[in-house]
Amino acid sequence: MNWTSWLLWGFVSTVVLTSILAGSQGIGMTRMNIPYLLGTIFTPSRDKAKFIGFFLHFANGWIFSLIYVATFQVLQKSTWWLGAEIGLVHATFVLTVALPVLPALHPRMANEQYGPTVVRQLEPPGFLGLHYGIRTPISVLIAHAIFGGILGAFYTLK
Amino acid sequence: MTTKGPKIQEYALIGNGRSAALISNRGSIDWLCWPRFDSASIFGAIIDQKTGGRWSICPLGDTQLSRRYLDNTNVLETTFSKESGKIALTDFMPVTSEEKKQSFLWPEHELVRQIKCTQGEMELIVDFSPRLDYGRVCPKIKNAGKLGWRIDIGTDVFTLRSEIELVRHGDGLAANVTLKAGEKVGFSFSHSEEGPAVIPPLGESVTDKLNLTADWWRHWASQSDYRGPYERQVTRSALVLKLLSYAPSGAIVAAPTTSLPERIGGDLNWDYRFAWLRDASFTVHALFGLGYKDDAEAFVDWLLHATRLNRPQLRVVYDVFGERPSSERELLYLHGYAGSRPVRIGNAASEQVQLDLYGEVVDAVWHFIGETETPDRDVQKMLRQCAEYVCEHWQEPDNGIWEERDQRRHYTHSRLMCWVALDRILKMQARGQLHGISVGKCESERKRIREEIETRCWNPELEAYMQACGSNVSDASALLLAYHGFEEASSQRMQKTRQRIRDRLVPRPGLVHRNEQSKDRHEGAFAVCSFWEADFLALSGNLSEAAEVFEAALAYANDVDLLAEEIDPESGDALGNFPQGFTHLGLINAALSLRDCEKRAHELERK
Repeated sequence: MNWTSWLLWGFVSTVVLTSILAGSQGIGMTRMNIPYLLGTIFTPSRDKAKFIGFFLHFANGWIFSLIYVATFQVLQKSTWWLGAEIGLVHATFVLTVALPVLPALHPRMANEQYGPTVVRQLEPPGFLGLHYGIRTPISVLIAHAIFGGILGAFYTLK
Repeated sequence: MTTKGPKIQEYALIGNGRSAALISNRGSIDWLCWPRFDSASIFGAIIDQKTGGRWSICPLGDTQLSRRYLDNTNVLETTFSKESGKIALTDFMPVTSEEKKQSFLWPEHELVRQIKCTQGEMELIVDFSPRLDYGRVCPKIKNAGKLGWRIDIGTDVFTLRSEIELVRHGDGLAANVTLKAGEKVGFSFSHSEEGPAVIPPLGESVTDKLNLTADWWRHWASQSDYRGPYERQVTRSALVLKLLSYAPSGAIVAAPTTSLPERIGGDLNWDYRFAWLRDASFTVHALFGLGYKDDAEAFVDWLLHATRLNRPQLRVVYDVFGERPSSERELLYLHGYAGSRPVRIGNAASEQVQLDLYGEVVDAVWHFIGETETPDRDVQKMLRQCAEYVCEHWQEPDNGIWEERDQRRHYTHSRLMCWVALDRILKMQARGQLHGISVGKCESERKRIREEIETRCWNPELEAYMQACGSNVSDASALLLAYHGFEEASSQRMQKTRQRIRDRLVPRPGLVHRNEQSKDRHEGAFAVCSFWEADFLALSGNLSEAAEVFEAALAYANDVDLLAEEIDPESGDALGNFPQGFTHLGLINAALSLRDCEKRAHELERK
């Protein structure tokens, strides 16, 4: 494993992934704000949550990039399209498995069987994150494909 | 099977904070949509008596009927009595706290019915005839033995369990049973989208769920700190609002039904199973006014989340998760309520432009943050966007609060709410709660809006505020100029405006048409406008007349205190989707004004 290359390109790809997701929120593609989603696990304060969540998401991106580079090492191949393919698989997993089970793990997220008790809660993302906007899956797929593509293109095999 | 169904006011509502069912006073569930308010119906006899589907439990022969909600709950009890005996039918959707739900498995959705013979004996007929997808699908009901009857449609599973034997009858199930004093029978109908489905137990479990449900509703009702006039009706209105709330997101839908007509036999049939921003300010005011802080906060959270994608532009209507409602479609195969066609699903109002929404949203946030709290950066950004948008666009025509589809106009109410938006934003800025707005621009635009309302919306010949700039049409929404603090209710102008509304729009005490166009179209009187009138009278210090109008309006509620969108001035029958959240919001806010004004009057007397 080329640790220096992983550290560098894991960082870069996470920066790009975070920027794409934040940008797609900014242009009204999705309401999903990953740092806010993660940060509210620890605090109900919207501003603090975004700050904490930003670092968490960054750490997540770096950790997940390890799986990508491990795959490149095992296959002894690292190309942009292989990275993008892994990214698409990763995004599909996030949309179909991780987001729907999030309400069970997140202490401040309602689930769709919730109620009628109301507390200030986050809405559940639903299947494919569709409750956060119908174009949410598109932004997640694109962001992860580019995340994987950067890693695949620039990671140097050892 | 009858083709003439119950009157709209003969229905009552039960629900679980995610979905709702309408039950007629003859014991028939004629409307149920699962899993969400805006899902396709499973029972839809209310919009087509023949093919809509129903689940009825009623005695054989003529009986006397009475019904009530168990005190401060949304558990409905219908009593049928005749010489030979008396039975009570209890209907509810089980609810309890999230903590208690952890202790045993609950179906995703469940509707429970329990019949209890309290006197003598009585023969009952059960008719279970579900029709899925708005009556389009006659489902195959499979006998699963001791596990009940099952309907499998795609990934959805519906399960009916019964303590009496049901037999196939036509496309549905039926039973004929005689109950004697002391005997009781339970039914459970449930829905699951995930396998394996939970099979709800019957027997004592039904009574346990009934007790849990009644306890939960009573606990929720007890959180209200409202002590004042018409407490029973205010509590019922709060319970209706809670039934219209979608708990997972905090949204509140306008009504649980679609296409109950504004004119019997007419085509003014709309789908109200969505959340209207128009109701935002009234909703937050009512919920905070009653002391339901958590519910108000959940609603504002939904509001901020729902409007996130399109800001600074706001949509008129959103679904429970903040998406655009499905496009409007007509279901031409359905007969409609009392022949009122077409039945529509989805809502085209989502395409309209309503400038009043900015005032509604800003006013809701204003109530929400109060005098001390500072909104977070995201809310501040939204408020700044609203301020900029209103400054740029307030002079444009729109579809107005009543969503008129003929043409856009320069509505007085829309101008008023643009003024409200800038007024509240400037006040928040002055309190140090909001930063980064262009104070000079907001102040000058607020002033210009005031001038326009005072000059162009005021008709000097008719001596009243009119529906729109340069118009000679009266509109009940002009009463809200006082409600929102634009002008004192006691001012000469407002008193004259109210007098003109009274002359032109009040067909009889307690009823007010929303405007002259709706009166000319022979629509019903708009129920919320009666409460606006009572509210206005209270604000102008005329408490006895306010109480008279309030009580006259209450007379049009049904036997369990539910109100529709409109009232037929001739027959007094309910019209439009039912029950209507907007009307109940008007009731609560008018009662709050009456209480506050009475309190102030007493304090002044003491001094």
